[in-house]
Amino acid sequence: MSSGIRFDSVSVAYGKNVVLDSLDLVVEPGEVMALLGPSGSGKTTALRAVAGFVQPVSGRVLIGGRDVTALPPHRRGIGMVVQQYALFPHMKVADNVAFGLKAQKVAKGEIAGRVAEALEMTGMGAYAGRYPRELSGGQQQRVAIARALAIRPGVLLLDEPLSALDAQLRSGMLAELARLHRELPDVSILYVTHDQIEALTLADRIAVMDKARLQDCGTPQELYRKPRTEFTASFVGNANLLPVVVGEGASSVAFGDAELTVATGDAGAGASATLCVRPHLVGLGEGPNALRGKVAEVQWRGSTHRLFVDVEGHRVKADVRELRETPALGDAVTLHFAAEDAVLLPMGAGVSDA
Amino acid sequence: MLVHSRTGKWTTWGVFGLLFVPLFALPLLVILAASFAGHWSGAFPSGFTGEHYASAVRGDSLQALTTSLVTALSASVLALTVGTWAALAAAALKKRGRRVLDGLFMLPVAVPSVVVGLSVLVAFSKPPVILNGTSTIVILAHTILVTAFAYQSVSAAILRLDPVYEQAAASLGARPSYVLRRVKLPLLLPSLTAAAGLCFALSMGELSATMMLYPPDWTPLPVQIFAATDRGSLFTGAAVAVVLMGATLLVLFTVSRIRTRASFR
Repeated sequence: MSSGIRFDSVSVAYGKNVVLDSLDLVVEPGEVMALLGPSGSGKTTALRAVAGFVQPVSGRVLIGGRDVTALPPHRRGIGMVVQQYALFPHMKVADNVAFGLKAQKVAKGEIAGRVAEALEMTGMGAYAGRYPRELSGGQQQRVAIARALAIRPGVLLLDEPLSALDAQLRSGMLAELARLHRELPDVSILYVTHDQIEALTLADRIAVMDKARLQDCGTPQELYRKPRTEFTASFVGNANLLPVVVGEGASSVAFGDAELTVATGDAGAGASATLCVRPHLVGLGEGPNALRGKVAEVQWRGSTHRLFVDVEGHRVKADVRELRETPALGDAVTLHFAAEDAVLLPMGAGVSDA
Repeated sequence: MLVHSRTGKWTTWGVFGLLFVPLFALPLLVILAASFAGHWSGAFPSGFTGEHYASAVRGDSLQALTTSLVTALSASVLALTVGTWAALAAAALKKRGRRVLDGLFMLPVAVPSVVVGLSVLVAFSKPPVILNGTSTIVILAHTILVTAFAYQSVSAAILRLDPVYEQAAASLGARPSYVLRRVKLPLLLPSLTAAAGLCFALSMGELSATMMLYPPDWTPLPVQIFAATDRGSLFTGAAVAVVLMGATLLVLFTVSRIRTRASFR
């Protein structure tokens, strides 16, 4: 029972406040699609439109080719896991997992087996007799996932499922989710998150959202290595965005007084553009594409140092391996990056110094 | 603890005692003392006797006790059903509709209960529905009076109920009626029992509307107490009052036991 999700120019508004602006997006059957964006970007609204908890003002939502826009939530055949787990506190774990099966009048003899199977799949088999309040946050989230999987949905909606967990549990649960997806290759997953690591790790494709609109959509590699917009570049991977002017010579751009060599593609001479370089690909010391500036701030992050260097009036971030000697604030330093590690975004205007 | 210093704590306890004992405890203690008294001419009662209790749990008084219990139980069950239903319906309404409903259910509280009693009497003394002189009219009046409290406490509980449970249940394919039965009502249970207890206690003590309506064969305890003191049997009235208090507290205690078992978090 594999079914994809299709957003057909879906708009959601509360009064005059548009929270989702004509979203067009297709989640292929069996695909993991991450909706990535800051809070208020409309990503959760998009998920809730699939679940049926918000009604679009226009557009259609299709699940498995069936138009579900007018259907109430309980007739859409979805599984859903939310940040707060929402386990029923008055039911034991097994009853929580059995809830959907009983509600859908699955044959009595079949229920026990399917509950056990779902709990086994999430490694919670030993906790069937406990109440949710007797479990840790991570365990509760596993039960919530088991509960959603027990009804064998074609579509699984995950709304920031790991946000309430601490960092270590989160990375463990990420691996679990990846394993679950391998075991259930037919289930399409829509995964809402504001965490780029979660999106990059799990998703087959990522839809980047901002200000109620879809900004970009592509595989994690595409978005990370060849972002098409400044928002994608800064939100996925926190890139340096430098305003440059394309020069006369081939593969040459001017960043203030500095002359840099990068692939300019088909951008014409004299055009403004944005140069996008990942902080961890910027090195300290002399090299190709040297940027000279003054150290404005140093953050030690254990295995790396993040340097903030003012170059030509712009702050450039560089993540370098832990330094034996930390440069002092105000020191003159030189940064460099390889030409093939930079991406030139042609439109130029509206650079944010993120 | 709001008060930290030792003297501060003692002062607080002192003020509490000064206010609590005369205002709340003493009147109840006086009733208790009077119920055992043979005479009370000086500062303290004298001639202790259990005689008043012997008459308080026999004959008319015993019948009044069962009458009160039946009336209060029926009224609170009815009030809880109607109040919960209305509160659930109100929660599904838009803001304006909810405000209208809130106002409607506030009416019996805002209007003096004598007026409620009189209006019920007038309304059901003529065809098509004649209830005058029946036990039903007493139960009906009590229900009208206490439904407001049931409605309000259940409404407040519904507002506090996190919608994620309902949504999680719906996403698992549960119809709204199934969600109500298996998720919402069980989660509301602590508030429902609290509301039931409140309704029961209010109905057990109701006098003013009852006075206007009760038929001779359906005399609730408060009326009995009033009649006893009115004809000068103050000590017998006190004993009946203690019985009323005890019965009410016993039922409330039982209800609160359900509540502790039903609170999940």
